[in-house]
Amino acid sequence: MAYPADLKYTKEHEWIKPDGGTASIGITHYAQESLGDIVFVDMPKVGTELTAGKTFGSIESVKAVSDLYAPASGTVTEVNGDLATAPERINKDAHGSWLVKLKLKDPAELGSLLSAADYEKFVAEEGGP
Amino acid sequence: MSALEATTPNIRKTALNAVHRQMGAKMVQFNGWDMPVEYPSSGGIIAEHMAVRTAVGVFDVSHMGDIRLTGPEALGAVQHISMNDASRLAIGQAQYSALLYPQGTFVDDVIVHRLAEDDYLLVINAGTREKDFNWVRDNTREFNCRVENISDDFTQIAIQGPRAAELLETLTDARLGEVRFYWVTRGTVCGLRDILIARTGYTGEDGFEIYVPADEGTSARVWNQILQAGAVACGLGARNTLRLESRLPLYEHEISDTINVWEAGLDRFCKMAKPEFVGREALERARTAGVKRTLVGLEMVERGIARDGYKILADDGREIGYVTSGSPAPFLKKNIALAYVPPEFSREGSTLKVEIRGQGVAARVVPTPFYKRPKKG
Repeated sequence: MAYPADLKYTKEHEWIKPDGGTASIGITHYAQESLGDIVFVDMPKVGTELTAGKTFGSIESVKAVSDLYAPASGTVTEVNGDLATAPERINKDAHGSWLVKLKLKDPAELGSLLSAADYEKFVAEEGGP
Repeated sequence: MSALEATTPNIRKTALNAVHRQMGAKMVQFNGWDMPVEYPSSGGIIAEHMAVRTAVGVFDVSHMGDIRLTGPEALGAVQHISMNDASRLAIGQAQYSALLYPQGTFVDDVIVHRLAEDDYLLVINAGTREKDFNWVRDNTREFNCRVENISDDFTQIAIQGPRAAELLETLTDARLGEVRFYWVTRGTVCGLRDILIARTGYTGEDGFEIYVPADEGTSARVWNQILQAGAVACGLGARNTLRLESRLPLYEHEISDTINVWEAGLDRFCKMAKPEFVGREALERARTAGVKRTLVGLEMVERGIARDGYKILADDGREIGYVTSGSPAPFLKKNIALAYVPPEFSREGSTLKVEIRGQGVAARVVPTPFYKRPKKG
């Protein structure tokens, strides 16, 4: 799996795609693959303040529940409503299925996240694909 | 034994372990066994679950254990250690039953097969193999019968689904049409003579469990022939969602050493008309006293999935019970759960709350099994 170079990644298997002062957040291909069939996403409401490294929701497959961790701090400006009725889209296209969009508090926070190459290496060490 | 050996968990593998890995199965540890939880090549848990409900799936269930009781007093021994009435079994017939502690709680649930005149086979759970065998051996010492742990002799393969018979018929000379549900036969399967074929399973569907020699080559050959005949490989993930939709209990969840037969709602498999069996006296007293909790089926009304161990709350927020098993139900397309609650909260149609991440989420008490397979018309 090639991880897109325009995204940044966390060790908790989220991605963030910056776009000026805002960014979209999702989970990685590796995360969706380990979870299996995704059936439920519990997401924050618009206006919620997220803190980098803290949980902001959860994602559930048939067999497991996983917390979602914010890759960066900011305010939720949009929630992907399509995922409420079709969470399986994340399995089909993890890097194209954003969960929430954020107005970033400090875009410099993204500097500490993993690049695509670093993340790929990290996943390989975890025994993943 | 060195200290290292003593602390290193001994993970057990079935004879099909290498085959599962070659197929790219996701493996998990289950009760000390390295088992496939799902096969991405089959499409994952939901696809596997649907294959069993609508066509046919195949499971490696070799982690299950087998205890054989033979000899002149084998029936007496089985009657003493199990709650169902094995004297009703014809040769070739099987029954769901359980081994109980003197307190009326569960050592394990089992399927008792009567293979011959004085020859009984108990199929037991993976996590309780040693405990069960020791318990059976210790509690049958007064009977003139031989007790053998033959768990490692077999690769046990479950072929499950409405098309299971059709599939297995292409691989065997046994007359499967004459074998009713919960009966066994013997026949040649994939060229192997005298294979035990039981029309049993843990999915709520029609299906068979076959017991083939446990060597890796034979096991792999049989497994692959079943796949080639059109079965979808299924893992423990689908096995769990299938059994939950059908309200089949899982040890350490719906039944355990602290839960009794009445609480678990397994009354119809417990034959109190039998004069004696381990646990009977305690159950007699418990029946008079009445149960403090009972197992109910729940269907989530609000958004959310109940999971094992989540709390059940009354309307006023008071904690009244807990979820024993909870999951999305792939065939029913609902979020369902089994839970223990006090009897006054068990009325069908009433609403309870499941605590999910600190929030009370509404669920309705519904009749079980959640899923019942359609009768052949």
